[in-house]
Formats: sequence, structure tokens, C-alpha cells
Amino acid sequence: MTMTYTRRTKDQIAQRVAQDIYAGAYVNLGIGMPTAVANHLPRGIEVILQSENGILGMGPAPAPGSEDYDLINAGKQPVTLLPGGAFFHHADSFAMMRGGHLDICVLGAFQVSQKGDLANWHTGEPDAIPAVGGAMDLATGARQTWVMMDLLTKSGESKIVRECSYPLTGLACVKRVYTDLATLECGPQGLRLIDTVEGLSPDALQTLIGLPLRA
Amino acid sequence: MIDKIFPGVAAALQDVRDGATVLIGGFGTAGIPGELIDGLIEQGARDLTVVNNNAGNGDHGLAALLKAGRVRKIICSFPRQADSQVFDALYRSGRVELELVPQGNLAERIRAAGAGIGAFFTPTGYGTELGKGKETREIDGRMYVLEYPIAGDLALIKAERADRWGNLVYRKAARNFGPIMAMAARHTVASVHEVVALGALDPEAIVTPGIFVQAVVQVPRTATQAGGFIQAA
Repeated sequence: MTMTYTRRTKDQIAQRVAQDIYAGAYVNLGIGMPTAVANHLPRGIEVILQSENGILGMGPAPAPGSEDYDLINAGKQPVTLLPGGAFFHHADSFAMMRGGHLDICVLGAFQVSQKGDLANWHTGEPDAIPAVGGAMDLATGARQTWVMMDLLTKSGESKIVRECSYPLTGLACVKRVYTDLATLECGPQGLRLIDTVEGLSPDALQTLIGLPLRA
Repeated sequence: MIDKIFPGVAAALQDVRDGATVLIGGFGTAGIPGELIDGLIEQGARDLTVVNNNAGNGDHGLAALLKAGRVRKIICSFPRQADSQVFDALYRSGRVELELVPQGNLAERIRAAGAGIGAFFTPTGYGTELGKGKETREIDGRMYVLEYPIAGDLALIKAERADRWGNLVYRKAARNFGPIMAMAARHTVASVHEVVALGALDPEAIVTPGIFVQAVVQVPRTATQAGGFIQAA
């Protein structure tokens, strides 16, 4: 029997992440792919977005022509402030993470290990100039760290691995991984399957990942 | 009479020495004290250690300071950007030293210097390359890394409004590193767009009390320009 399934698009992964964000949550969306989650937050609930550069209550992009470059997100794109929003300095911003006040952060990743180690800041190539930004603080500080990424590399290898081979961002910090093929939980007990795209069986997924999956 | 308002950038920066550690505010496009950085280039101090979140964009500001060969070492969290070509070239040819620090540790190390804290244990960076070789400790079942303060001889920051006592308020996300850098340097120079009479700033809303500020320079208001990151990493 041949199985056919369709990968979730980036927007569909963002939509899947957004489904799990609950009313009243304080959330930081990392730069890159996670930014799209903001476009899919459930209607009718209040979620407060944090930006590492000192914003709570961050709103959507401004209308063209009303950009204010003193009001930007962590990716340096212009944003807006919702009524009730607040500004604060960098030490307070990172205290929100490290102090466990931030409920959820969503980050991109190169690799996640089955026990939740995260590698997302550096490929370790000798010529690459390393840059870390707020990734390590977010990963270890938020109450829940979720990762959003494609499951496989371009050459078809699983980015969910037994042990990360790329330099680590944090140890045992990722709780959930949202991918184009499946959603999984990781932790001390290893991987647990939450869902797969239609047409992809748990066994077939396990073959792709090459690690044991609990139901 | 206390009057921290200086007539111009040059007057506020005349005592900067070679080898100084300079804290420079700003994150992306917001809060970069461009006029003060230009003043530092003109002032001529060399062999500087610069602390900033990034390592310069394009060919102006911090990038121009780097290009002028004044910087020995950069302490930052995110040097690599789409337009960090000046830093990239200096780094690759070994002409500038880089100390890469996770952004929250960078902020807390600056805050610690300003608050007289000798060192602190932070969970950020534990078990990673950036925590390698550092003292660690288990506290209540969690692992931490010992980090030391980063103090400045000089801080250059951008605020919105000041009075002659040096009290400051900021504008939107341009606040970022300003308040903690003001605390952490022996000599803090703030550029502002407006100087108001003593008592005109709401005391409930002053963000940086004047005790942390030694000099204020008024500069013309120009819209903060687009730029910085062209693309997220």
C-alpha cells in the first residue's frame, strides 16, 4: 500500500502552534518562522506578545507609510503597540524570561533531541560567525519552549535526533516540536506523538525519525 | 547649580581615553546614539572595547567606528547580520576580538555592574559552548553558570527628553539597553531630542534618574531610519 500525505505549509504549522496557545498567555515568538504564529492566534481570546527588545502587548505590522523604527520587533521589523502595551528595558525583558514569567516561547531550530535539547544558534562551521541573540535565554527561561521547524533536512535526515550534533542552545528545554509532518512532545521519557498529517501513519513517521515514539 | 546639559557632543566626550570600555545603547534601528558615536570617532580614542547588542550595520555608526580601526574588542550577542560587512571583514582577518554573550546575560552583566553585584549565577548558557570553562553550581536542582559584571568607563545612550539634572525618559523600544548602560558606566552621556525645565518631567514617569547620567547633549530630531537587519537570521 502506498501512502500519500501532504506536508503542512509554514502557515499551516503556524496555525497548528496557534491552536495550542491559550487565553491569557504571555508569548514570545522567535524571529523567522515563528513570527507567522501571530497571524493565526485564536479569535476571541487575549494573548500578550512579548518582544525581547522591551515590548509587551506587541501588535501587528503598521500600515505602509506609518512605520516607526523606534518600534520594532526582535527581527527589526516595524510593529505596533496594542492599547495596554508597555515598554521596558533589556534587563527587565530578560528577567521576564529567566524569571519564569513568560508562559510560552516558540523558536526555530536546526535540531532537537528526543529529550528536548535544542540546537538553533550556530551550525558550528569553522567559517561561520556565531550569533546567539536571545535564543539561549528564551529557551531556558520560558515556562514552555516550543519548536517550529520542518521535520527533515533538505537531504531527508530527521532534525529530531538522539543527540544534537550542532552546538547546543540549551539542555532539556524543549517541550514540544511542531513540524510539517507531525507534532511531538519530547522530554526525559523520549518522544511522544501528538499528531501526524493525514495519510502518514505513526509507523511511517517513526521510520522517518528513526527513534522510538510513544503514543 | 547642577547643569549636565553640554553645549555639544565634543565637549561631552573630551575625556575619553585610549583603551576605554564603551557601552553603546541600541537594538536594531532603535536607540542608537549616532551623533555620539560620530563624536567618539572624531575624538579619536583608540584600542576601545565596545559593548553593544550588535556589531554595527552598514557603514555608519558603530560600523564606522570599527572601520576607523578604533575597536580592539566587541562584546555583543548578535554580530552577524545582513549588513555587518565591516565587522565580518575585521573579524575574519583577526583584527577585532569578539566576546559573544547571550543577550539576557549581556543585559544582566551590565545591570550587575551598575548595581554593585560582584557576580551572579544564571541558567542561560549552561551546557553550551558559551558556558564552557565557566564556574557552575547546582542550586535547588538546577544548573547555573557564574557570570561577571560588565562595567563601562563610558556609556553612550540615546533618550528622548532630559532636564538639567540628567533625568531621562525614552521613546518606545529605543529604551532597550539605555537605562542599564547608564547605571553601569562611570561617565554616561545621553543624547536627547528635547531638554525641558526642571520639574517638567513627571517624577512618576522618569525612567533613568539623573544620578546615573553625567552629561546630556541635545541633538536635532530625525526620524529613526529603516535598516539594521534586512533579514532575520
